[in-house]
Amino acid sequence: MIMPDAARPETPAPSPVPAPGPSDAERDELRRHGILLTSIHELANWGRSHSVWPLQFGLACCAIEMIAASMARFDIARFGSEVFRPSPRQADLLIVSGTVTKKMAPQVIRLWNQMPEPKYCIAMGACAISGGPFKQGYNVLKGIDRFIPVDVYIPGCPPRPEALLHGLMELQDQIRAGRTAASRPTVKAAQASGDYPVPDFGPEDLEPPANPAIWQPPALVRPDKP
Amino acid sequence: MTTAFTPTPSGAHVRAVHDPFHGDLLEISMGPHHPSTHGVFRMMVTLDGENVVKLKPVFGYLHRNHEKLGENTSYLGSMPYTDRLDYFCSMTNNWAYALAVEKLAGQPVPERAEYLRVILAELTRLLNHTCLAGFLLQDTGASGTPLMYAFREREKILDLFEALSGSRMMCNYQRFGGCRIDATPAWLAAVRGIVDGYGAFLDEYEELITGNEILLARTQNVGVLSPALAVSAGITGPMLRAAGVDYDLRKVDGYGLYPRFDFRVPLGAHGDTYDRYMVRMLEMRESIGILRQALAAIPDGPIMDPKAKIRGFRPKPGEAYGRIEGPKGEIGFYLISDGTPNPYRYRVRPPSLINLTVLEDLCLGHTLADAVIILGSIDIVLGEVDR
Repeated sequence: MIMPDAARPETPAPSPVPAPGPSDAERDELRRHGILLTSIHELANWGRSHSVWPLQFGLACCAIEMIAASMARFDIARFGSEVFRPSPRQADLLIVSGTVTKKMAPQVIRLWNQMPEPKYCIAMGACAISGGPFKQGYNVLKGIDRFIPVDVYIPGCPPRPEALLHGLMELQDQIRAGRTAASRPTVKAAQASGDYPVPDFGPEDLEPPANPAIWQPPALVRPDKP
Repeated sequence: MTTAFTPTPSGAHVRAVHDPFHGDLLEISMGPHHPSTHGVFRMMVTLDGENVVKLKPVFGYLHRNHEKLGENTSYLGSMPYTDRLDYFCSMTNNWAYALAVEKLAGQPVPERAEYLRVILAELTRLLNHTCLAGFLLQDTGASGTPLMYAFREREKILDLFEALSGSRMMCNYQRFGGCRIDATPAWLAAVRGIVDGYGAFLDEYEELITGNEILLARTQNVGVLSPALAVSAGITGPMLRAAGVDYDLRKVDGYGLYPRFDFRVPLGAHGDTYDRYMVRMLEMRESIGILRQALAAIPDGPIMDPKAKIRGFRPKPGEAYGRIEGPKGEIGFYLISDGTPNPYRYRVRPPSLINLTVLEDLCLGHTLADAVIILGSIDIVLGEVDR
């Protein structure tokens, strides 16, 4: 079984703030009596989850479905994410919507570095996840998660706008629970050292071809031979 | 030109350049991440004040080795890849590729399939031109509303595509010798309903936009393309016809069943951005006419030639070029067969790329804001430019 390190299910990371005070059951009891107990962290995460501003950044076919999701029929504004910002400095969410070629990958990672914390990433479509139908090709990056941490993967070629909305809802759940990719231990360690390294578009491949701090080649699990 | 300082290895975004003729200039790298470049397209624009004195397009940011993959997959296996060339117009891409292979293999197509192809191609034209009008007006600064109207209509057409082929954008619908799935009477009735309502939408849209003073001021006499330059640069499609050259492959080649339909080819008089917009609006009206005629005349019958070979398809050695009038221009596929299941050479003639080659000629002397509109009116899709 092949499973990349980044995609391996993790035990839920301990929430950044130790939760003192009443338990969930006690809180529910209090809520029934009209008393709402929360912490600043919870409140901030709740607020964040409802105002995720995506970067207006289209790469390929999926970008059209991303635009369609922001239009009247699907109306991403219902989730507080209709404000597509053209500048990475004002955006919280990078939707990698389409094929990342080796020529484009450095710019995508540079955009990611320019976004302020806390930031989230959605890999939209087969190409952003793994290279998709163009994976055999010589010029396509085989998954953006080799370079930047990805919160939600949305499969499809292209995913329907509803799938993007579902991915956004998943991201909101993760934000509320404080379980985004940035809270993974490996990513935390990578982040502590500053910007994510931007690869060079070299003569043959990207140099380096992946960020070893957040991505390792998949470990091949074979049944033990007698 | 001498540079004031050496750029960083990654490419400076803005830098000062000195030109002995123009004086102090500013070089701006627009893109590949820019909201108005319609994808990952980059323009190195040199500005004198606000006016463009030099424009160097940089592309290849979406090069997905389409042609190389085409040589390594079977003929049918390339059909889904053609969807992803120009992802607004997957149906016409499918048709152009099917036409090329049918030419190569000498494969006839039943009449009902030809009708379906015409219907789908004209629906694609409606979809593409509507979206183009939305994006173009977005570029002029009409933020949001025209694009929302355009996408509302796009969704209606995509629902039809989805009902027929199972996918909204990547339809993968045409086959060599016919089509994949037959249209039901209910589907044809749904097309009829949309076609009947489309004229009203165009009326509403044009009433809102076409006579708008700001649009006229921004687009008229901006980016004038002369007929001589258009012809010598190999421009095709609405951009060529906006320059006043009467060249429409539906009339010239008469491929498919187009000789049976009665339609006119709108031509522009000035070749400016406004004409390019207007030609597309008029083409949509003609498309509605073609759709009406096709829906009235579509016969019953098979949609696939019974002798068509799907598995183990090996055309005889030879070469063929199939082209159709796509919404953006002449989309063509050139194939060389050596008798194996894969083509020996697979080449795409992309209208977006060839129409883009005159970008600098159109933009020189205009302001940077006009360059954005001119690019929008060329109607490029980067999937097709870079392939």
